[in-house]
Amino acid sequence: MAKKKTVRTIPQSRTPMPEQEPQVRARNFDEVACGYSPAHALREADRCLECPDEPCVRGCPVGVDIPGFIKRIAARDLRGAYDTLTNTNLLPAVCGRVCPQENQCEGVCTVGDTLEPVAIGRLERFVGDTAIREGWANVPYVEPVRFRVGIVGSGPAGMACAADMAKAGCDVTVYEAFHQPGGVLRYGIPDFRLPNEVIDAEIANLGKLGVKFECNTLVGRLFTIEQMVDELGYDAVFIGVGAGYPSMLSIPGDSLNGVLSANELLTRCNLMRARDFPVFDTPVPAGRRVAVVGAGNTAMDAMRVSLRLGAEKVYCIYRRSRTEAPARLEEVHHAEQEGVEFHWLTNPVAVLDDGHGSARGLRCVRMTLGEPDASGRRRPVAVPGSEFDFETDLVVYAIGTNANPIMGQTSGLKLNERGYIATDDELATSLAGVFAGGDIVTGAATVIQAMGAGRRAARSIKRYLGLRDSATAGSGATLFGIDLAEHGFTRVRTA
Amino acid sequence: MSDFEIVRREDFSDVTYLLEVRHPMMARAARPGQFVIVMLHEHGERIPLTIADYDRERGTITLVIQTVGKTTREMQQACRVGSRLYGLVGPMGVPTALGHAKKVVCVGGGLGVAPIFPQALGHKEAGAYVVAVLGFRTQKLVFWEDKFRRVCDELILCTNDGSAGMRGLITDGVQEALARHDDIDEVVAIGPPVMMKACAEVTRPRAIKTTVSVNPIMVDGTGMCGGCRIKVGDQVKFACVDGPDFDGHRVDFDDLMTRLARYKSEERAAEERFSASCRMANDSALQVLAGIAAGSAPKSDGADPLDPFEQTLGG
Repeated sequence: MAKKKTVRTIPQSRTPMPEQEPQVRARNFDEVACGYSPAHALREADRCLECPDEPCVRGCPVGVDIPGFIKRIAARDLRGAYDTLTNTNLLPAVCGRVCPQENQCEGVCTVGDTLEPVAIGRLERFVGDTAIREGWANVPYVEPVRFRVGIVGSGPAGMACAADMAKAGCDVTVYEAFHQPGGVLRYGIPDFRLPNEVIDAEIANLGKLGVKFECNTLVGRLFTIEQMVDELGYDAVFIGVGAGYPSMLSIPGDSLNGVLSANELLTRCNLMRARDFPVFDTPVPAGRRVAVVGAGNTAMDAMRVSLRLGAEKVYCIYRRSRTEAPARLEEVHHAEQEGVEFHWLTNPVAVLDDGHGSARGLRCVRMTLGEPDASGRRRPVAVPGSEFDFETDLVVYAIGTNANPIMGQTSGLKLNERGYIATDDELATSLAGVFAGGDIVTGAATVIQAMGAGRRAARSIKRYLGLRDSATAGSGATLFGIDLAEHGFTRVRTA
Repeated sequence: MSDFEIVRREDFSDVTYLLEVRHPMMARAARPGQFVIVMLHEHGERIPLTIADYDRERGTITLVIQTVGKTTREMQQACRVGSRLYGLVGPMGVPTALGHAKKVVCVGGGLGVAPIFPQALGHKEAGAYVVAVLGFRTQKLVFWEDKFRRVCDELILCTNDGSAGMRGLITDGVQEALARHDDIDEVVAIGPPVMMKACAEVTRPRAIKTTVSVNPIMVDGTGMCGGCRIKVGDQVKFACVDGPDFDGHRVDFDDLMTRLARYKSEERAAEERFSASCRMANDSALQVLAGIAAGSAPKSDGADPLDPFEQTLGG
């Protein structure tokens, strides 16, 4: 019988993941982190203590059986590990890459009290990638029910909700306004963090569950939410359209050519493949010196994309200090390694005109940190007389988004004072049978939070339709067994 | 849904063509003032085109397209009856407000003629007296004159060279309409930004409400990228979800024109490359025989130089 593992007996250091060298990867769109080999995965799986209180499971917004899947990796049963993972999370290859594990499962890992925590995200990705390579898909036998569920938006919230409703036997259709499904996973997150093939594979898995995707469909305008219920015969609707509507800085020079939102830069580059112009028809502004305003994950993506598009210099301009930067530490670190120049405590005051309607520079002031503001972060205050200029031909705003107005314009849905869709605790909207979740309810957040919202809405929809839900049967307890706020998930603004 | 099949094509001139596309659901949903985004093929760009007409019985929408760049020229070659667009999404944008005006002047310049049609029809159906002012460079480019005559109470046609209708700029036609009527409630103008700007200046002294439909560069058309932002008064608006109709007296047209030109060099390069590849395809047999290097294909096909502002004309 195997001896009980302790922090003394397990491999002491976290198994590093092979990565492309910073100088090399900063010029290509291949994935930065290359993934674990089976040997790496076995070594890392051995670091899990299988502790009885399983804090990691409570730290996961969707409650993945983490010790369970790691145990199966250690037993060299990868198919079993995949089955365990996909019981709760249909998108392991995505989540393994883009979840902020340091604030979730890994942040509360018992091993992490003494050593570096178990690399749960890397192991999850290893299993997810193995499944894609092997063509595994878990298609449980589902007893069809007579309900039709319409899902608006094919991003992480919509995909998670679709998966759960399909598993409950419903006939599920997902509507997407773009010509390809995936939402922010497709247009926003660059290939070097989440390759398109991974998204394709996860979407194909949903297809095997019977989920139908209808692209080129702008719900609200082609048909309304009310029409989905009244005319198109949907018994329930889930809205997960994301926040959209990027904020601009409202400083002089905002509308100059060479000033654009991170959403535009990323959409052109990722979804429209502008990086392969002219093979693809969509162009992208070529910046020699690029200033990205903001320090969230989207800002980091915009900077690293700019480097790969051939920029000589990329600056990060952020009015607070590194401590307050909303991006994942790992993303800041990657950007630094690749040569992004960080200018903390720096606030833009004007984009400078080259005389022909294009940006030639960014005028900034130095900031200092004052008293904490409403967000609990210290309020940045301008230092008088500290103006200085950056020479730049491309300015990218990554300072957050506001609510997209289309749903409000086209339906009777109740909105909150900031224009987001108002829901109750069960994610039900003001219209019967219509539920909403993700960024269009909370404002900009993370992929895993959106997936969490999609799953929460799925449970509410099942209750609404009177379907049995094994996960909630017999208890009206908190849906995930965790309080999201406790785990630092309250941040919604990145500015 | 629909597979975006092209069911009718009509060529108005060698630079302007009409495509009627099957999309029953969109035909039912479309309202005057709305637009679509089209993708010709998987590698294509997303271009916004104003809906020029829709037929709920036939289940189709109509687009009128002018060749102003690579994509619109490629569509001119590739789109045949029976062929399919790769992507077609819409109707997008806030529909035009109708029913409030008793007497309306609908002004369409060049390619603005097609998108003004649903607005003229909409105002007419809402009970207004409708005067249409249509402007073309020359008689050869005139289209849909009959169609407008059928729905409008008056039609003022102008051509720059006087080869059809009155001779003059479209603003002369607008002046004529204002001279004929002193009780105009609203002027609606669609065309290149220079033309819409000029129309707004004609109506400004008389404080006649003037609505313009802008068509800036877009990517998604759903409010997500902000590429289509324009200045209206002291506010920044996204044409795709806040418009595309705005108060012509408050739109910053100079800003709009500068922003429209921002991919000019890329657009020109793409079009030259496209011209060269067409020529290569046509001449390929000859080239093989003659052993001419592909790279030596002429870069220009002698087309008129691009007017970047005409990009705004939409469909």
